[in-house]
Amino acid sequence: MPINLYIFLALALFSIGVIGVLTRRNAIIIFMCIELMLNAVNLLLVAFSKMHLADSMAAGAAPTLTNGIDAQLFVFFIMVVAAAEVTVGLAIIVMMYRNIHSVDVNFLNRLKN
Amino acid sequence: MNITEILFWLLTAVALGGALLVVTSKNPVYSVLALIATFFALSGHYILLNAQFLAVVNLIVYAGAIMVLFLFVIMLMNLNTETEPQKNKWLKLAGTIAGGCFLLVLVAALREADSKSTMALVGEGDTGLIQNLGKALFNEYVIPFEISSVLFLSAMVGAVVLGKK
Repeated sequence: MPINLYIFLALALFSIGVIGVLTRRNAIIIFMCIELMLNAVNLLLVAFSKMHLADSMAAGAAPTLTNGIDAQLFVFFIMVVAAAEVTVGLAIIVMMYRNIHSVDVNFLNRLKN
Repeated sequence: MNITEILFWLLTAVALGGALLVVTSKNPVYSVLALIATFFALSGHYILLNAQFLAVVNLIVYAGAIMVLFLFVIMLMNLNTETEPQKNKWLKLAGTIAGGCFLLVLVAALREADSKSTMALVGEGDTGLIQNLGKALFNEYVIPFEISSVLFLSAMVGAVVLGKK
């Protein structure tokens, strides 16, 4: 597939995530939109990894070579960091719900009280 | 249209539809389910790109673990359509226009971008197989791998400390 299609798909997913963060007030939904943005970036990294491989295969290298493996490992590490982020973030949201009995981010517009 | 293109457009439609449903649905539980559908579609994209390891990790970690955690938290708080806070419609419109402009600018900037190769290789190459990824992970990337285990430990401790208050 042309690399442009993957770029546009990732951009569309990322923009939908941005729109979600801007238009929703539920803290959990905002968090899910951030996950969506992370996944758009992951898809783009994998597509670029395969583009790099296609480039080196067009240059006449052996078909089993491992060009573009760094991008896929980056995706792996992004998933690791996202998992760690989700545990802490959800713990914070649960604590916020216990304190103010709501997940509305508009109640958190000041740091005190 | 061959089978790869049909699958590509099908998975793209599922991913974009799921993502739109995440943003638009009033009930948070539906949002979580739509996000799971999106992650399945993205895993399908990874398989099309012959990145099998990432496809399986995406399914297990995201669709399996993270989204179940989200679902548990939403059910624990008993969130539904009635308790869902809504922004007023002008703010929603402004947010949508801002996001749309962001998409427009990025698409216009990247439409004519020069890339090394115009095609992403679909279904060829051994890069995404577990053998090659494992070799690279435990040779060149062994220090980041160990550091990420420390990150996980600190995240675990942090979550427990925050949850016990």
